[in-house]
Amino acid sequence: MTSRVKSLTKILSSVVLTLLGLSIVTFLIGRVMPVDPVIAAVGDNAPEEVIVRVRAEMGLDQPLVVQYLHYLGQVLHGDFGMSVLTKNPVAVDIARVFPATLELATGALLLAALIGIPLGVWAAVRQGRLVDQIIRIVCLAGHSVPVFVLSLLSLLIVYAKLGLAPGPGRQDILYDGMITPVTGLLSIDTLLAGDLGAFCDALAHMAQPVIILAYFSMAYITRMTRAFMIDALKGEYVITARAAGLTGTRVVWGHAFPNVAVQLVTVLALTYAGLLEGAVVSETVFSWPGLGRYLTNALMNGDMNPVVSATLLIGTIYVGLNLLADLLYRLLDPRVT
Amino acid sequence: MISRRNLLIGGAVAPFISYAGIFSASADTPRDILVVAQQIDNMTSLDPHESFEAVGGEIISNMYQKLVRPNKDDPSKVDAQLAASWSADADNKVFTFKLARQTFSSGARVTAEDAAFSLQRAIKMNKGAAFIINQFGFTADNVAERVVAADAETLVLTTDKPTSIAFLLYCLSANIAAVVEKKTVLANEVNGDMGNAWLQKNSAGSGDFLLQSWKASESIALQLNPHGPYKGNLKRVLIRHVVDPSAQLLLLQKGDADIARDLTSEQLQAIEGDKNFVRITRTIASLMLMSLNQNVEALQKPEVWQAIRWALDYDGMQKNIVPMTHKVHQSFEPEGFPGAVNDTPFLKDVEKAKALMAKAGYADGFDIVMDHYSAQPYPDLAQAIQASLGAIGIRVQLQAAENRQVLTKMRARQHQIALSAWGTDYFDANSNAEVFCINKDNADDAKSKPFAWRSHYKNDDFAAKAEAARDEKDPAKRIELYEALQREFMENSPFIFLFQTQKNAVCSTKVTGFRLGVLSEGNSYSETIKA
Repeated sequence: MTSRVKSLTKILSSVVLTLLGLSIVTFLIGRVMPVDPVIAAVGDNAPEEVIVRVRAEMGLDQPLVVQYLHYLGQVLHGDFGMSVLTKNPVAVDIARVFPATLELATGALLLAALIGIPLGVWAAVRQGRLVDQIIRIVCLAGHSVPVFVLSLLSLLIVYAKLGLAPGPGRQDILYDGMITPVTGLLSIDTLLAGDLGAFCDALAHMAQPVIILAYFSMAYITRMTRAFMIDALKGEYVITARAAGLTGTRVVWGHAFPNVAVQLVTVLALTYAGLLEGAVVSETVFSWPGLGRYLTNALMNGDMNPVVSATLLIGTIYVGLNLLADLLYRLLDPRVT
Repeated sequence: MISRRNLLIGGAVAPFISYAGIFSASADTPRDILVVAQQIDNMTSLDPHESFEAVGGEIISNMYQKLVRPNKDDPSKVDAQLAASWSADADNKVFTFKLARQTFSSGARVTAEDAAFSLQRAIKMNKGAAFIINQFGFTADNVAERVVAADAETLVLTTDKPTSIAFLLYCLSANIAAVVEKKTVLANEVNGDMGNAWLQKNSAGSGDFLLQSWKASESIALQLNPHGPYKGNLKRVLIRHVVDPSAQLLLLQKGDADIARDLTSEQLQAIEGDKNFVRITRTIASLMLMSLNQNVEALQKPEVWQAIRWALDYDGMQKNIVPMTHKVHQSFEPEGFPGAVNDTPFLKDVEKAKALMAKAGYADGFDIVMDHYSAQPYPDLAQAIQASLGAIGIRVQLQAAENRQVLTKMRARQHQIALSAWGTDYFDANSNAEVFCINKDNADDAKSKPFAWRSHYKNDDFAAKAEAARDEKDPAKRIELYEALQREFMENSPFIFLFQTQKNAVCSTKVTGFRLGVLSEGNSYSETIKA
């Protein structure tokens, strides 16, 4: 067996074990939580005989191990069970809500990286000067002001007072039900449908939550970039480059930044994973039907099939992005084998 | 060629384009579409013979009709809906309904066969709310003989024992008795589910609207039933799930929503007097109460129940904490229900409460734990109760939890005191009288577990009186019996009723005719018009 195959086997085993562990922990937490999922299904006022019957129908009268093994068997066959709340297969629900979160998270990450990385580099180059202080304050505000405050303020000022952007929701009522979901990403589906008005409407609805989430993520990316760059700029190769008479821009972007890029990959991957988890607060304030809100609502109602399935999805995303970061490490840094 | 700097600047600026007004925010909603901002995430089904929660109940009652419905203004009356007339035999066991001419959204006429099928379906499926009609002796085995269509226009129900017609009619006004189109439902039956899976997300009714779409936790779109009774100008009702009340208010203020359904007291106060909005208020059948578990020794004495009643500052809590969302209410029947007692005899009287504590042998008080919902206004009210009870020596430790956790704990009979809410199931005084008064078996493994059972409370005298009131044939006498029972119960039971919820809907002035009911089934768009 070659070392590459061994390495791949090791990675895959660790992924499977991680997901298995995650499913056990989530399942157990769900089942020992002091919320009776039957109440979510039949209501608090339902007579006892109905509650007993529905509990049996949901398999909740079985021992915990039996329940878990049954669930695992279903999942391995691609069946994530039904949601008590929506009466849909969980896979269908997740296919509906995840693209909404994916759209937000991707937009926010792109924006955050596009602004945050140059700002971080600039702050490092101008370390201790006015620019650095201003960037520090901007980032501090982004990281310390709660997202729901920023979201509500944005709605109040940009939507309600100035009328520059549409309000909560993913699309205007004029387009409700008019776009056939293909990818689930409204910005793409509207283009596929050839409806420019709906496309612009989708982008406009995305703008506020994307900018708020981007601001929050940008603060972190900027601070990390600054810290990495300050270290890099102290490197002997930077001094050598300067001594060789290269321009400041060339030294910073051509020599120091490529060394920082490796570390930034991890920062960006984790930030993206965090955003994909579902920005519950932003999704709530902006009435955005995404994964975070779906998961929270299911959790509050003891609807455990969606909770376990969504957690597995999030776990898979984390593992996947970590793997991607590892691969990019190898591409960006020849020292890593 | 684009320079790197310009590319970066361009990338950063692109998302702000929307703010430049290129993608302008939407204007007012179209005249024939009513947009409602509402929390709808707890809705689990739109099958009328399955749904048993508030939002689903409201939507269903706008899509389906029943034989009768409660009068919107006078709770002592029921109005005909699908039924044109009804009568009872001399024994009060056989009830005959003559149907009026109504049409399903498919264009087919509503027949007695559809009505019989619907009641039979509700009984056979036996979901959460089926008990409302199976208490008349209908079972899966006998319903085919006891609920029959004598001809296309005549429905005959036979109960297992003499029944008060008032009681029967009130129960038949619940959504569980909604009439669905037999042919359409059976055409969508899968694996003998009587069309349940299909009807959860579709409609087959004769009400004002039909279901266009339901996207869970996102939106519900209702479309005008072209054959239905609605006479206004609305073509669609779009209910958008907006969780945050602040966002609901902003949508209303900007004209992107016509009605906001879940505004808080602070927000209601903020727009009070604003001529752009009209606030519709209705006390609904949801009571906030303290349940004293009778397996706790200190809570077993009637003097302690009384002491707690006299220690609380009902008016103070109402005015300072829940001024626009609750009103003081101290009996077990909600205002707006037939026979409800709206007297509020208990006031804060610390000396009287202390004397009662001393009489109970607890002059030095005792320690107790009170569970309460974590959502506002419960934490604020719990603190006020803690302070009031502290003044008479009862040292209360508060335990907040998500409401389903509190309910689960109560169902397990593990609370000491619980501050929670109770919503009435159907529009008859028996609904609450039964759950608070009739607990026949107080054992942990009892077959029937009414609300009183959760607090280990069993009182055979109250049970007998509640049953007598339920079975009383004379409607006026029946009301008198319920009133007497409530007065006795509020003086002498371990359930302390504090408030009744007031539901508010704030409408744009363009909207008229929207109605809130005492039960969510009464929330109606049937008279709503948009200018």
